[in-house]
Formats: sequence, structure tokens, C-alpha cells
Amino acid sequence: MSDHFVRTQSSPTLLPPSSRLGVLQWMRENLFSSWANGLFTVAGLYLLTLAFPPIFNWAFLSAVFTGQDGSVCRADGVGACWAFIDAKFNQFVYGRYPAGEQWRVDVTALLGIAGLAPLLVPNRLPKQWFVGFLLLVFPFLAFVLLYGGTAGLVVVETSDWGGLMVTLVVAVTGIAASLPLGVFLALGRRSKMPVIRILSIMFIELWRGVPLITVLFMASVMLPLFLPEGMSFDKLLRALIGVALFSSAYMAEVVRGGLASVPVGQYEAAKALGLTYPQMMSRIVLPQALTTVIPGIVNNFIGLFKDTTLVLVIGLFDLLGIVQSNFTDPAWISPQTSTTGYVFAAFVFWIFCFSMSRYSIYMERRLETDTQR
Amino acid sequence: MKDNIQAGKPLAPNPLNNPKVRAFVFQLAVLTLVGVAGWALIDNTVTNLQRLNIASGFGFLDNTAGFGIVQTLVAYSEQSSYGRALLVGFLNTLLVAAIGIVIATVLGFTLGIARLSSNWLVAKLATVYIETVRNVPLLLQLFFWYFAVLRTLPLPRESHSLFDMFFVNNRGVFMPAVHVEGSSLLLVGVALFGTVVAIGLRYFIKSQDLPSGRLVLAGRLAPVLIFLLPLLVFFVAGMEFQVEVPALRGFGFRGGWSFIPELVALVLSLSIYTAAFIAENVRSGILSVSKGQSEAARALGLPPGRVLRLVVIPQALRVVIPPLTSQYLNLTKNSSLAVAIAYPDLVSVFSGTVLNQTGQAVEVIAITMTIYLSMSLLISLFMNWYNRHMALVER
Amino acid sequence: MSGSAAGGKIGLLTALEGINLMNSRFLPISLALLVGLVVGFFLYPIFVTPADVTGDQPTEAITSIEGEPAVSVLPVVQNRSTLDHVREKGFVRCGVSQGLPGFSNPNDSGNWSGIDVDVCRAVAAAIFGDARKAKFTPLSAKERFTALQSGEIDVLTRNTTWSLTRDTALGLDFVGINYYDGQGFMVRKELGIKSVMELDGAVICTNTGTTTELNVADFFRSNGLTYSIVAFEKSDEVVAAYDAGRCDAFTTDMSGLYSERLKLANMNDHMVLPEVISKEPLGPVVRQGDDQWADIVRWSLFAMIEAEELGVTSDNADDMRGSTNPAIRRLLGVEGAFGQNLGIPNTWAYAIVTQVGNYGQSFERGVGVNTPLGIPRGLNQLWKDGGLQYSPPIR
Repeated sequence: MSDHFVRTQSSPTLLPPSSRLGVLQWMRENLFSSWANGLFTVAGLYLLTLAFPPIFNWAFLSAVFTGQDGSVCRADGVGACWAFIDAKFNQFVYGRYPAGEQWRVDVTALLGIAGLAPLLVPNRLPKQWFVGFLLLVFPFLAFVLLYGGTAGLVVVETSDWGGLMVTLVVAVTGIAASLPLGVFLALGRRSKMPVIRILSIMFIELWRGVPLITVLFMASVMLPLFLPEGMSFDKLLRALIGVALFSSAYMAEVVRGGLASVPVGQYEAAKALGLTYPQMMSRIVLPQALTTVIPGIVNNFIGLFKDTTLVLVIGLFDLLGIVQSNFTDPAWISPQTSTTGYVFAAFVFWIFCFSMSRYSIYMERRLETDTQR
Repeated sequence: MKDNIQAGKPLAPNPLNNPKVRAFVFQLAVLTLVGVAGWALIDNTVTNLQRLNIASGFGFLDNTAGFGIVQTLVAYSEQSSYGRALLVGFLNTLLVAAIGIVIATVLGFTLGIARLSSNWLVAKLATVYIETVRNVPLLLQLFFWYFAVLRTLPLPRESHSLFDMFFVNNRGVFMPAVHVEGSSLLLVGVALFGTVVAIGLRYFIKSQDLPSGRLVLAGRLAPVLIFLLPLLVFFVAGMEFQVEVPALRGFGFRGGWSFIPELVALVLSLSIYTAAFIAENVRSGILSVSKGQSEAARALGLPPGRVLRLVVIPQALRVVIPPLTSQYLNLTKNSSLAVAIAYPDLVSVFSGTVLNQTGQAVEVIAITMTIYLSMSLLISLFMNWYNRHMALVER
Repeated sequence: MSGSAAGGKIGLLTALEGINLMNSRFLPISLALLVGLVVGFFLYPIFVTPADVTGDQPTEAITSIEGEPAVSVLPVVQNRSTLDHVREKGFVRCGVSQGLPGFSNPNDSGNWSGIDVDVCRAVAAAIFGDARKAKFTPLSAKERFTALQSGEIDVLTRNTTWSLTRDTALGLDFVGINYYDGQGFMVRKELGIKSVMELDGAVICTNTGTTTELNVADFFRSNGLTYSIVAFEKSDEVVAAYDAGRCDAFTTDMSGLYSERLKLANMNDHMVLPEVISKEPLGPVVRQGDDQWADIVRWSLFAMIEAEELGVTSDNADDMRGSTNPAIRRLLGVEGAFGQNLGIPNTWAYAIVTQVGNYGQSFERGVGVNTPLGIPRGLNQLWKDGGLQYSPPIR
């Protein structure tokens, strides 16, 4: 009777076989799950060993980090000429903006960041104040600071502006002007009035149908002919007008997506409450529509930010333009100068665009969880 | 008003409160505003052109161009007209767009699928590619491929070569050309005929509602009709062909087929850039196909390759195609960046050189914009039709 | 709406919705209107005959028909005087190149120098007595004429070749020649070429939108040589492409070759071929129809040349005021009232010479043999030294 055995404790669990453990198991699952997968892994590794060491060597091991002029970069077997970037860095950021006045650019940038930061991060600060500041006060402040002419500030001609500063001015102006324009166009395109709708569609499709470069060409060589005699725009302003028209068409399409996502019930409820069209749109529909398309707007901004490089074709010096124009500086000519410059510019653009795209993904996730019940 | 009510008359509504009247008035106002603004612009332009004594009209299109173009798909010389130069530029734009779209599609689909691969390394490599390329301006990439890479290529005399038939140097890529003796048009005609027959056969079988096995048969017959038929004609007619290998003569290579560096750089950067976006479209398309579909397919015993090819991709395509179209459109429009590296496309030849030689900015920019606009609208209309054709018919 | 999510992800286009909306019954109407409006907008100014337009604006018609007397009567026309406009602004705005050492080139802090810049400074000195009251707008070859036509700049001093078409069809007036130039070629020394005639089959790089592109075509055609041309939008790009080995030869104005040579990685590996294939008289340009302004610019340039001929320099101008030579006394405003006739101060030429210098000084400072460019005077000697620079008498 007593020879039967009942276990009162669970036995210690055995470890899986060593081949099913840790790194090995991970590799089995993720790298060599099948015959073909193994082949891909090997090919990928081969690609890495082929590409990585030369790039690393070029960028760090045989790179030149300091030097007074291009002679250090002209030696044989030298990699990236970072000394060139170091020497020209100020110019890459401010262009030919006078050295004594560059604090004005810094202050403008700080003001912009101060106004924008509270809007990007979720918090309880009164958002309308910051929006008001950014849309109504900041453009005026920025113009006075950057261009000068009043408040005892020396005038700095826009032909002296350049570098990252111009890139940001074009991109920020483009987005700031295109947002309200885009909202009106999107509303127009969804309007029940045929004239408004057709005009909106025509405007949107016209700008979306042509390349930005022709728009910029038009702005730079034709806009002056459209104006009455004696009136002329600054060259940078012309480019800004072109960029704003172009991006407002794209913005309108993004906003339209948002308007479509607002349920019909919201419109109906607003009308049932007796709200007028402007009240309905500004209080009920647009707040919902614009919130859902924040990722789209950010993506639009990324596109615009990259597109600002095209202004160099019409002779403005944005970041890429100023980097490129320095390749022909006799003091810094070397076989590596242009490659280094392009890599540097690419890196700067990448930092901006990548962080914006991460932000857009973050917002998308947040919005998704917000709408889940 | 009180009187009205007391008199028992119906309340006469203020016409301004009538939505229809208001809409009409508002639209009329906007139309007038747009009309006046448009008129003012036109009026200014006309006055300016006259005051400044600038020549106008489209007569310049018949004038002799007088400049050379490095790559021409149709006969063109310095004595040709500006109109001919316009055609050359337009065809060059189409060429870049066509090659770019093919490469970008293949590369984009590969990358999109790779990014979802179960292989960790492959997925990560695809991610790195996409995130790098997408976030760097296209113009910068174009400059990099053109100026930085061109610099490292050798002079024609020291070309990189493959089998002494394919050559790469800083003047471009050179490869042997195949010339068919006699009428090569005949072969093209036969191939076209084969294509038409193949398509007709497919529609015929489909309309007969025959078992799907026949449809597969039609699919297998297609390559025979399109490729083997011309080959058969070629041998039966006893035609001969010649291979022309490029050879170093004078300053560079002559003979064979060649691609100028501007074309190579433009196609490379356009397709590399656009592929990253297409990859993202493909990825979200595949993710939109419910997991049950691929699980069911696997449960039926389909190998992974066929699950992808026969079940997942056809369903994903419905989601992928609309954004894919806009990528194709973007690529075509982006090809105008050619002007930065002197590839003779529409913008570079026409809005560049011709505009400069004639000074007739209004006409030149108008023609350029109209061409791009019509291209965009045509593609949109075609895709609109295609989309309706492909749309899921729900019960 | 997975489609719109995908569209949102790729950024600019939510194409799915775009295409759906195009289904609306307004599509055909709006498309037709769109194309019609665009075409109409651009075509209108071109096809309208002058009579139609002047009919709309009787006041302008009268002023233009009645001619000169009316000009001084109507305030509208008076506002058109460039001189008044410049006085009002307090500075002269000149269009210059985007950086051509020796002609117009900014240093790192944005100060411009070069012989074209000096002409502009001379105009400022003549009007305001202060050469610093000149501002510079860098322009590409494409923009330069529109910028002048539209009034964005007051005078174009951007190494621009005087040709009949430009003088007549563009509404512009060339007022003088500050540099007699001709088109030349630069090649690598290692090619061992000694003459342009040996360039048969070569690839040639140049700027688009210049007369050089046309000259190359003419030259090669008339000599029965073949060539292919790669034309870039910006001169820096031409240099970069030539330096990367894209072309066998680089062609532009001789002065341009000397100037751009400084931007090559190893300038001693390159040589300028001896032949000059064209005449390129470079000079300042103004808008047509303002004769007073044209005179001011023309005579500012002549004053510099005359000063050199008379031996007046920026260093000895003050002493020369006491000279007994009547020509010098007239130039420096001691005798006569020549400035008054031009509508500017009588000390105009004195201000030019003291603040900018005479033509020879400007030449030697900008492009002369002691500068990195090292260009000998050549054709730009004074007429009495065997060159072409010649000023009509100031009297």
C-alpha cells in the first residue's frame, strides 16, 4: 500500500537543450530559420564587411580633423576632410550674415523654439497663448530681428543670408503660410458651392501637378512681370511665395484627409445646435480634423524641409548651396572636400528629418491610443 | 414685422437669410474677386511686356535653336528649331521617368518585403536603407552621385571594363549594341502582334468562364507569343545580327550603346530615393492584409514564396497602388532636378537654355507647366480608371 | 481607411482620397476649366494685339504717342525716372554674378570686389558722391535680364555680352564695354592638345544661357568637327564637372577661364588654348527708355577711361584739380557744368576717380597681372596704347 508515490513538490524544471538557449536560439530563429534565410544572412554579413570598414576608415581613421587650410587634405590616402567643415562651420550656419549681428539669428531661433516646444510635448500649459505667439507675434519679431531696419538694428540684406538659417527660414515660412491657406483650400474643396469647389480643385491640382523647380523658376523670372511697374519683391521673398503656394496645395490635401475622418454626426450635431458655418468649423470640426492629421502635417513639413534645397537652383544659398559654393574656395580645394561637404550636409538634413519623422510616429501612436475605447 | 403678424400675413423672409441666395452671392463675390485679381495680373503682364519692348508670341518655336544637346532620342542638330529642342527635352524626361519607375518599383518591392522579413539582419539592413535615404534631400543625393562618384571614376583610357565589352568611365557606361540586319521593324511588329494575341486569348478564356487552369495556360503561352515568335521569324527569314562593341577612339568610346553619366546619376538617385518610399507603401500594404490570410494559405500547404506571391501581394496591391501612383508622379516631377546636373530634360533644355536664348519667360514657363500638368492629370485619370477596375467588388 | 494611413505615412499625398474625389461629377468640368484657365492665362498676354491694350489705357497711350514733352508733364511718367527712384532709395542696386573672381566676387564677409563691381560703384559715386552707396544682387545667367526688366535692379554689371538680340528683343540697352573679351577653351595639359582644331569628338562643358553655347555650335559646325556639349546652370558646377573629368574641354569667355581656373584642384595641370573663337564685348546694361539713366551709366564708365587717358588716378586726383590741362579740369569738375547736363553733381567724375579709381587702376586691382588671375591688358589697353578702350571727349 505504501509503495505508491505522490509527489508533493514540483520537480525542478530542466533547462532546454543548449542549442535552444540564448544567443544560439535567437540566431536559429532570426538568422538561420531556413536554408534560404541562412543564405540571406551570409550575403548580408558579406555586404556589411564589404561596406563598413572602408566607410569607418574614411570617416574616422584616416580623416583629417584639424588644419589651417586644404593642404592637409591634399595628401594621398587621406579620408574625410573634417577640417573643412570646422573652418567653414560659421558660414554653413549663418551664410554671409555679418559676424557682429549673428546673435540676432540665435535669438530668433531661441524665440521660435521657446514658442514651439510647449506645443510639441503634452502638457497643461495654455496652448492658445503659444499658438497666438507663434502665428501673430513671432513672424513680426523674426522679421525685425533678421532683417533689421527698425529698433536700432542694422539692415542685413537677404542676399547676405545663407546656410542653415535660410533653410529654416524657407521651411518655417512655407509651413506657417501653407497651414492657414491649406485649411481654407481644403474647406473650399469640400464645399457644396460649385464655384468655390472648382476654384479650390483647380488651384490645388495646378500646384500639385507641376514640379517645384518650375514653380521656383516662375517665381524668380515671371513674378516680377506680373507686378505693376516699379514694384518688385526681394529675391528670397519671391522664392518664399513660390514655396508657400506650392506647399499649401499639398497641405490642403492633408487637411482634407482630416476633414474626411470627422464623423458626419459631428457636423449634424453642430448644425442641430444652431452653430453657423464658421462656428461649426472652428469649434467642432477643425480641432478634431487637425489633431488627427498632425502626423501628416509633420510629414508634409519633412518633405518641405528637404525641398528647400531646390532654392539653390535659383541662386539662393541654403545649407546645401553654401556648402557647395565653398567647394571652389581655392584655399580648401582637395579631392575629399566635396564628398566631405555632401556627407556633412546630408547628416544635418538627416538629423532634422529623422527626428521629425520619429516625432510623427510618436504622435501617431498617441493619437491611436487616444481614440481607442 | 409685428404688423405683419397681426395682419395674419405670412412672415416674408429676409432674402439674405436664404441659404441659396447667400451661397449665390458669396460665390459671385469670390468669382468676381478671382476674376479681378486674374485680370489685374494679366493686365500688368501685358503692360510690362509692352513697356519693356519684350518680344512675345510663340513664333520663336520655329526659329533655329543653334545649340547642341548631349543626348537626343530623335534626330536633332544645331539647325533644328526650338520646337524640336522642346520635343528632345520632353522625350528625355520620359526616358528618365520610364527607367526610373521600373528600377524604383523592383527595388522598392524588394525592400518593402525585406523589411518585414523574418530574418533579423535582412530586416534591419532594409530599415537602415529606408531611414537613411528617405531623410536626405533628393537634390543632395543627386549631387553626391554625380559629382562625388563621378570624380572617382577613371578617364576613358583607364576605364573599368568587363569582358572588354562593358566599360565604365567618367564619360558614362558603354555596352555592346545589337544591330539586326534587314528590317528590325518587322521583328517589333511580330512581337507586338504576339502581345495582342496573348492579351486577346486571355480575355477570350476569361469571357468563356472556363476553369482557371486554362487561364494559367494563357499565362504560359504569353512569353512564347511575345518572345519566341519573333525569334522564329528571325531564323526562318534567315536574318543576321551584328554585335557592335564600343571601342576607344579619339577622346572616348564610340559605337555600342552608351549612357551618359548625367542619365546614370539621375536614374540612380531617383530610383534609390523613390524606392525607399515605395518600400514603405509596400510594407503598409502587406501589413494591411489580415494575418489569417497568410495563415490559411500556409495551412493549405502553400510554400512561403507562393503565400506571398499568390495570396498576400494580390490583396496588398489594392492598398499599395494608389500611393504607388503618387510616387510615380513624384518621380516624374522630381526628374526636373536634372537641371542641376545638366541632364538635358524638359526643364533643363527648355526652361533653361531656350528661355535664356529667347528671353521669352512667360511663354516658355507656360509651355513647361502645361506639359507637366497634362502629364499629371493623364496619369491621375488613368489610375482613377485602373483603381475602379481593380476595386474589390463587395457583395 | 488603411489607404489613407499609408498615404499619410508617405507624406505629401493622400492619393486614395484624391482619386476618389476625382470621381465627382465636377471632374470633367473642373479639369477642362483648369487646363483652360492656365492656358488662357498664359496665352492672353501673348495674343492680344497692342491696339487692344492701349485702347484700355488711354492715358498711357497719349504719353507714349505725344513723346518727350508729355514725359515731363505727367507725374505718372516722372515717377519712372530711374535716377529719381535711385535718389529716393539712397543707393544704386546692381545685378552682379554669383561669384566670378576678378569681375564680381564676394569675400567671406560679403564685400564685393572686381571690375564689374567697380562700374557699379562708379555710378554710385557719380550720383551720391559716395561709392559705398551701391548694393549688389547676385544673379544667375537666367535671371539677369528679367531682374533688370522688372526694375529689381537699376543696372546690370554682370559680364554680359552685347549682342543684337539682347539689345533689341529684351527691352534693354547696352551702354558701353568695360571688358573686350573672346571665347576660349581650357584643356588638360596631359591631353597634349595645342589647338582647338584637335578637339574633334571632344566633350565640352559650358554654362547654359550664355552666348558661349551658341558660339561652340557655330565654330565646330563651320570647321566640320563633331562634339557633344554638357551645359550647366551654374558656373561652379561647370568647373566641378570639368575637374571631375566629365569633359575634355571647358569653354567660356577667356576672362572667365582665367577666373574659374583658380577653382580647379590643380590649376597648373590645365592650359588655355590660344584660339579665340568669338567676340565677347562685356558691358553694363540698363532698361530701354530712360535715356538720362543710360547716359549716367555710360559716362561713369567713360569717365574712368578718360581719367586713365589723362593720367588721373585716385592718388593724384586732388593735385590734378589744379592742373592747367583743360581736359583734366573739365573731367574733375573744375570747369564747365557737365554733371548738371547729366542731372548729377558736377564733381561726379572727381568722385569716381578718387573713390573707385581710373579704368587702369580698376583693371589691375581686379584682374591684372599681379592678381591671381594674371590677365594682361591686351585688347583692353587704351586706344593710344594699341587697345580698344576709347572714351568720347568729355566736353
